[in-house]
Amino acid sequence: MLNTVRETNPMPEQAPDIRSKNFLEVSIGYTEETAINEALRCLKCRDKPCISGCPVNIRIPEFIDEVAKGDFEAAYKVIRETSSLPAICGRVCPQETQCQGKCVRGKKGDPVSIGRLERFVSDWYAEHYGNILPEAVESNGHKVAIIGAGPAGLACAGDLINLGYEVTVFEALHKKGGVLIYGIPQFRLPKEIVDREIKALEAQGVKFVTNAVIGRSMFIDELIDEEGFEAVFIGTGAGLPAFMNIPGENLIGVCSANEYLTRINLMKAYLPEYDTPMMKAEKIAVVGGGNVAMDACRCAKRTGAKEVYVIYRRGQEELPARLEEVHHAMEEGVQFKFLTNPVKIIGDESGKVTAIECVEMKLGEADASGRRSPVAKEGSNFQIPVDLVIMSIGTKLNTLILDTTDNLDANKKGGIGADENAKTNRPEIFAGGDAVTGAATVIKAMGAGKKGAASIHEYLSKKS
Amino acid sequence: MKDFEITYKKRLNSNMVWLKVYAPLVAKHAKPGQFIILRTDEFGERIPLTMAGHDSKDGTIDLIYAAVGKTTLLMDQLEKGDCFADIVGPLGNPTETKGLKQVLVVGGGTGNALAYPLAIGMKDAGAQVDMIEGFKTKDLVILEDELRSKLDNVYVVTDDGSYGEKGFTTDKVKELLSQGNSYDEIVAVGPPIMMKYVCQIAKEHSIPSVASLTAYMVDGTGMCGGCRIKIGGEDKFVCVDGPEFDGSLVDWEDLINRSKYYSKQEANAKAHICTLTGGVRYHA
Repeated sequence: MLNTVRETNPMPEQAPDIRSKNFLEVSIGYTEETAINEALRCLKCRDKPCISGCPVNIRIPEFIDEVAKGDFEAAYKVIRETSSLPAICGRVCPQETQCQGKCVRGKKGDPVSIGRLERFVSDWYAEHYGNILPEAVESNGHKVAIIGAGPAGLACAGDLINLGYEVTVFEALHKKGGVLIYGIPQFRLPKEIVDREIKALEAQGVKFVTNAVIGRSMFIDELIDEEGFEAVFIGTGAGLPAFMNIPGENLIGVCSANEYLTRINLMKAYLPEYDTPMMKAEKIAVVGGGNVAMDACRCAKRTGAKEVYVIYRRGQEELPARLEEVHHAMEEGVQFKFLTNPVKIIGDESGKVTAIECVEMKLGEADASGRRSPVAKEGSNFQIPVDLVIMSIGTKLNTLILDTTDNLDANKKGGIGADENAKTNRPEIFAGGDAVTGAATVIKAMGAGKKGAASIHEYLSKKS
Repeated sequence: MKDFEITYKKRLNSNMVWLKVYAPLVAKHAKPGQFIILRTDEFGERIPLTMAGHDSKDGTIDLIYAAVGKTTLLMDQLEKGDCFADIVGPLGNPTETKGLKQVLVVGGGTGNALAYPLAIGMKDAGAQVDMIEGFKTKDLVILEDELRSKLDNVYVVTDDGSYGEKGFTTDKVKELLSQGNSYDEIVAVGPPIMMKYVCQIAKEHSIPSVASLTAYMVDGTGMCGGCRIKIGGEDKFVCVDGPEFDGSLVDWEDLINRSKYYSKQEANAKAHICTLTGGVRYHA
């Protein structure tokens, strides 16, 4: 029977004043009863707009229907047919602009909480069947190399191994998972979940080579010409952090969000038994308004900072971060300085940061992206005393693969040139995710990884 | 042979050690001037180290380090047959050797270990290579025989005059230039302050200079940006744009300040190495 309540079932969470002092997962997850109750809100619309909002086209109404019937295992199988990493996507997808953004229930009241249901189903499955690893897949004899063990590479590997390919994933870091491991913090995506998904891929036969920087340790042409790989998928991620080019950016106490998050998430610098150092600070400013900025400011809170500011040059409406993260950050006591832009970072005689100087902004004409571009108000300069500044203003593309691969074309942005089917100008090379588009989201990268797998399958099927 | 197994260990002086480590994926394409990042164990930090050499046939790389910080002190506990948790590389750009005919390489202290492969690499590429090795005192002198057997001229100087000639490397550079030696490049590898003055002298004589920089870094592939440094007014990353840069463009004050980024945390970490176990870890 349809649940006609306009409001969605709230997500049980750790209380803000408790969770802002620990790294445990913030959202606790739906119970079976809540999940069924939420699933019963689905209208089972005939044209299923939610599916078109999903980059990997999960058959959403179908899995929700299974949840409503209480058959969570069946629900999991429906999701697993199109998504290789459901426990991850349920947690990190920006559902409000994807599936839930299209939900008809959202027109009058809250959309169905598809993300929370996806998370519930995969957690339920892991709890009941988590120790049962999938079986190894029989090889079809064709070798495919994947560069980068992040969301694009893992999704590509998941689809290719199911098709019988011999898949080897090369990863530059010592740990597999890419941004899921070094970028997204434990309290938003527990690392055990990422490890579980990777173990499942390994059980199916995917090989991983860590500590391998393709373009330095090995080259793509070498993989093809000497190592017998018939196709290569490049999913190397976004690349180099951007800085603002303002005075004082190289002072002690200024770092990129990439560096800050990597020290915390990959290197566990916040735990005393790990050697990696990190800057402990009382007052921290995070510059930027994306998901990475939200991760950084919330980590800053958890490392014991008394005051944490997010400095963003546009207004709250324009924040590119996922809604839930902004909401969580605010609850946890992060102070948002909207329409504010840094112009200078000030240090003392020992070269350490003491303050950040900003100007107030107002919104002017809409720019190319359709967002109104901010303009500085003359003479509105003011300073905020801080001892750590974290720059989270985006990334520039890394050219290592392009520089070291024969005749591989770049796109206009300087990324690897690949079409919507992940095809590059070289027939045996495919690419997708942030390495092609610049910084985007986990699910878009996964979508590109799946496109890559389909195109590789098509290419190798024709070839043999 | 296991990955990252130590196959050879030799103490060079009171605090410097030469290791050969099995790392075939690194050794295969390694070139002089490139570096690796290593991790001792699960709890270890990632630290960059320039390779002192490699053997692509044996799959080994050479690492020379000074036991000065927590990680290098922990490395000192490892013996032949022990393994590192991780080694990744080769990273960074190789030394540019093209077209060089006469080169002066200047090494300071532990920098001599990093200058060593670079000088040999240039010699192998066909240049005439002179080298100045500078140390604080006699006990710290390393690699003299190895360098003498390969290079054209090797000059050893010590700050206190206990070995070789008394003086700083900069004095010797000035002397060689005033004697009419001409070089088409001067390479400096050592403490930032030494590199700064060597590159200044080169500039005064209108000789191009190259400085090999070290910096804090986490991933070594351009992702963290911790190793950024101002070069000619622009931010460059030591890991992907370097580690070697035009010495006349390096912002030395920036480099010197940034080299102190974690000095407080490092002093703390070092003070917490267990005096009973010498750093051997006991947590599971």
